[in-house]
Amino acid sequence: MISVKIYAFIFSMWILILIGGGLMVLFIGPISFPENIDPKITSVVKISLALFLIFIWVLILTKIKNWIFKSQLES
Amino acid sequence: MQEQIIIAIIVSSIAFFSVYGLTPIFIKALASRNLTVKDVNKKGDVMIPRPGGIPIVIGLVAAEIALYAFFPISEILAVIIVSILGFCVGFVDDRKVMGGWFKPLALAFCASPILLLGAYDSNLSFPLFGLVQIPSLYLALVVFMIPITGNTINSIDVLNGVASGVVTIASFALAISLFIMQNYEIGIASLCLAFASLGFYKYHKFPSKIFPGDSGALVLGSTYGVIAIVGHVEVISAIAILPAVINSFLFLTSVKKIVEHREIKNPTLRTEDFKIKSTDDKTAPITLVRLLVAKLPLSEKQIGAEIFKLSIFCGILAVITAFFMEVKI
Repeated sequence: MISVKIYAFIFSMWILILIGGGLMVLFIGPISFPENIDPKITSVVKISLALFLIFIWVLILTKIKNWIFKSQLES
Repeated sequence: MQEQIIIAIIVSSIAFFSVYGLTPIFIKALASRNLTVKDVNKKGDVMIPRPGGIPIVIGLVAAEIALYAFFPISEILAVIIVSILGFCVGFVDDRKVMGGWFKPLALAFCASPILLLGAYDSNLSFPLFGLVQIPSLYLALVVFMIPITGNTINSIDVLNGVASGVVTIASFALAISLFIMQNYEIGIASLCLAFASLGFYKYHKFPSKIFPGDSGALVLGSTYGVIAIVGHVEVISAIAILPAVINSFLFLTSVKKIVEHREIKNPTLRTEDFKIKSTDDKTAPITLVRLLVAKLPLSEKQIGAEIFKLSIFCGILAVITAFFMEVKI
């Protein structure tokens, strides 16, 4: 009964979580600056990049959501 | 291992039978005090006792205290305290309508026992790729986790049985995931939540005999959140509860602000035969229920069944993710 698109939306969320985790571990986690730079700056950069990832994640999901909702109403 | 199985059976029984046995008593007590609300999805003036948070918190905390007697570790203590605090926030909101920001702020405070007891690990685990050390970001995650899970469960509590049913399925998936990752103590704590929620579901399912109210939804949601933190299964817990997360996501991206749920426009309408259909009002928020009935109207029972199917699908994805935790690329 329920459109397969909602399951596809959940599945795409899951894939985005896995990819986002990979980006966190492989690229954002290992970021480090020379010792003379305050560690707090490193944390701020990491947090900013993580928030940017979340922003991209929300943006992609919003696009998918709008596409699903419009197609649900039109069908 | 045999000892842990016996402990799991004991505490799960305490959680299930306490809630299952106490809830009918509270249904009568609430009804006799006229503490009831109209079930808007039923024909006529069907009044349902509310809130059902007290039997849930009694059964859940009794089981968690029994678990603490077997495993006196700070993680279980944090689960007990956060469950009680989450209930208190919900109970205040049940008694007096608070502003939209009250619950997120109060629930953020509920995370303080996790920090004070040091019942967390600042490394965040991701499937397939391993750990990432983000101590500052992780502290923020601890503070935000309880408001997110609490409000997420609260926001899906719109139809008979859905909140308790979703928490039951997600908590079982989380318990299986924790057992796969050999975190048995917190896995058993997750079983307590699953069985407490299952005990309540018996009376909350369609047609409901009691509503959990904010106190019930927040005790379930905050307990789920604290288990995710102390069990180091933050990502898995988010996956297991994706239907509720999607509901909050859809709502927030369409409303674009945090508001008290009583202030929002209703995203659905009732047909003459009391099925639920999507509203034509384009300014009303998009929710999971609205998405499910966008194509054609469905009965309350049908929508609940569809949400449970989505929850089971997410539970399977969560368990697969737990296996991925053991694999490194």
